[in-house]
Amino acid sequence: MEYAGPTHELQPMETSTGVDNRKLLMWLFLASDCLFFGALISTYLLYRDRSVVGPFPKDLYDIPFTSVSSFILLMSSVSMVLALAAIQRGDLRRMRVWLVCTAMLGILFLSGQAYEFTEFYNKGLSLHQNLFGSTFFVLTGFHGAHVTVGVILLLSIWVRSMQGKVTQNDTLSVELMGLYWHFVDIVWIIIFTFVYLLTGK
Amino acid sequence: MAAIAGHAGIGEAHEPYSGIWSWISTVDHKKIGIMYGVAAFCFFLLGGVEALLVRIQLASPNESFLSPDQYNAIFTMHGTTMIFLVVMPLGVAFMNLLLPLMIGARDVAFPRLNAFSFWVFLLGGIFLNISFFTGGNIFNGHLGAPDTGWYGYAPLTESAFSRGDGVDYWMLGIQILGIASLAGGFNFIVTILNMRAPGMSLFRMPVFVWMSLVTSFLLIFAMPVLSVALFQLTFDRLFNANFFNVSAGGQPLLWQHMFWIFGHPEVYILILPAMGIVSEVLPTFSRKPLFGYPFVVFSGIAIGFMSWGVWAHHMFTTGLGAAANSAFGISTILISVPTGVKIFNWLATMWGGKLQMKTPLYFAIGFIAMFTIGGLTGVTHSAVPSDYQQNDTYYIVAHFHQVLFGGALFGIFAGIYYWFPKFTGKMLNDTLGKWNFWVMLIGFNLTFQPMMVLGIMGMPRRIQTYPDGMGWDFWNALATIGAFIIATSVLIFIWNVIHSLRNGEVAGADPWDARTLEWSIPSPPPEHNFDVIPVVHSLDDWWHKKYVEDARGNPVRVPAGAAVATGNGHEGGHEHHAIHMPNPSFFPLVAAIGFPIVAFGLIYSYAIIPIGVIVFVTGAFGWALEPASGD
Repeated sequence: MEYAGPTHELQPMETSTGVDNRKLLMWLFLASDCLFFGALISTYLLYRDRSVVGPFPKDLYDIPFTSVSSFILLMSSVSMVLALAAIQRGDLRRMRVWLVCTAMLGILFLSGQAYEFTEFYNKGLSLHQNLFGSTFFVLTGFHGAHVTVGVILLLSIWVRSMQGKVTQNDTLSVELMGLYWHFVDIVWIIIFTFVYLLTGK
Repeated sequence: MAAIAGHAGIGEAHEPYSGIWSWISTVDHKKIGIMYGVAAFCFFLLGGVEALLVRIQLASPNESFLSPDQYNAIFTMHGTTMIFLVVMPLGVAFMNLLLPLMIGARDVAFPRLNAFSFWVFLLGGIFLNISFFTGGNIFNGHLGAPDTGWYGYAPLTESAFSRGDGVDYWMLGIQILGIASLAGGFNFIVTILNMRAPGMSLFRMPVFVWMSLVTSFLLIFAMPVLSVALFQLTFDRLFNANFFNVSAGGQPLLWQHMFWIFGHPEVYILILPAMGIVSEVLPTFSRKPLFGYPFVVFSGIAIGFMSWGVWAHHMFTTGLGAAANSAFGISTILISVPTGVKIFNWLATMWGGKLQMKTPLYFAIGFIAMFTIGGLTGVTHSAVPSDYQQNDTYYIVAHFHQVLFGGALFGIFAGIYYWFPKFTGKMLNDTLGKWNFWVMLIGFNLTFQPMMVLGIMGMPRRIQTYPDGMGWDFWNALATIGAFIIATSVLIFIWNVIHSLRNGEVAGADPWDARTLEWSIPSPPPEHNFDVIPVVHSLDDWWHKKYVEDARGNPVRVPAGAAVATGNGHEGGHEHHAIHMPNPSFFPLVAAIGFPIVAFGLIYSYAIIPIGVIVFVTGAFGWALEPASGD
């Protein structure tokens, strides 16, 4: 019994492309998710500067604060890479350390987002207040949901590893975890750039 | 515990469950395909009854069979059902049944994800239809179903204008169905790219496999956009967001853009599997290879790419401006080119062939003829000034039924008659089949050609009734008669299925003397499909194992027995022990049940939502932690 390895036992041979089924599935999911965030970000950009009433982005954004939380999320990608490198070396103990580290950085980022949402809400921004509120909360909220799912997956692998169920043969699980995590990070770089830095009028 | 199923060898009963439980727990692509087909056919009957109700109401002027409210609900549910619950899943049913067999695999890449996809689809479809009962007493004619059209244009769908729960059911139901489509799309792409038998290079794949690949890519890129649009509507309706709220600066036109960026690739999601089916049926019954295989394949790929650049032709009259209208008009004209290429290839396939006049060929030819009419009427919409006249008239209704019924459904019926023997072991009755075809063809043309005339005369879409003296009476009466003739043809089909399952001729492995790998194994196929994974040497490999060509290029049969020995060898007995089929599992169903519970929670009480989440998480973790196959 092993961690989520549904396919390779079925196949009498290598896959036709040489890429593992699960890895191909992850790439396809991420490609599909690009369209998901693409549609959300497009909506945000289309509705920028169209809010009829405030508060407007420039009234609320605390760029130094969000820069720090963005930096935290970027650093979590570094620890993710180190986790993968550790399992590839067969160093399961260090892999666990880096996985937890990644999850903690993710949780820190989410806490920052929770703080920011609360601040904005207290200053009068809500889903209902104006277009900025609707588009901002839905876009960054869906990103936060992706990070949350990532944290749950990271901690799941960590727990399974503590139980001794993740071995050096499961490099792929950690690699897929990494693909997802880096993707979520890259999406945040785009959101940070287009939503926070290029605020328009 | 990993050895629950032991080492299942050939001929051993592998499944620990029997009867209905073997279906509920199955992860076998063939059983899932059959369940997809049967479920979609039940929805087809439901959508068909809705169509008949619409036609009764429109049969004569000033009719009051349905109230305006009932009429709106019925035509909305007819469209939503036929698109999302009938034509899409019927295509998916064929993909499930055929893809692994055609590429020489034992199952899809992710069998449990496949089961999950089916259960999510089924529960989503049922969820959507529960909306009928939410408008008070349905027996007094209070229909709670959504009444905003299958395209759900904002701001009509906003809570200010649609107060009941109908639109909530619609947006959440389609959201759920989208999850099923995404899961299916991912699974099929991985299957096609990764699970091919040795020698099955991409350009030896049957055209149906190619069209399924293109369709799957369209699914995984189109569904997220619809998903976002539906989420935006959900936030508007349930949490008072402003995405389509005009007074807050929101633009209802955004919905149209998002919906049609999904919606036009969706049109090809509906038609490409049918094109694939026809591309398999025609060569078999013409006893010739498909004419211009690479052209058919590349046309399909071209259609896939171009389908992303034509969406605004649904929006010519919304005031996008001359530049945008011209650009989308031109791209729409261009996309008819690869479609035309295919039509000529199909005709050339039949040209000079020894046509075997069986029911599948009838439906395939019917597909070409009806789809061509539909395609040509589509070209008339691409001329923007012409579209200004046609927009919102019955001409549009006639056009899209011509391609979706005359096209997609005729293709699907060709596929049903063609592959029914493979999966049941019984032939469908050919005489009844031809009755089925002719009655359907006549009914179809009686229904939809009058709508072309009505459209050109200016009869608007979506009207509940019309006054006397517009000159529309005759054509409407004719269309209603036609609709009942179509219903008769469907009854003939049902009778044919029942009759043939009981008394049908036993099919044998290869009743049509066909060309692709699924015909090299018994009918119905064993659970593991292939005793020995075939090695593929050419396009139409199974044909070439049966026939060689003489000096003049005529096919000559390889002596009896040789084909079996090479194609389906029973030697290599040591390999039998290596067949490990995936374990049956209930977890995909458990995970799927979470979605409608969450959706009910969003509509009625947020307290229910955590229950749905817990159910889903239980299913997902059980799924991740159980062993995938007996090993």
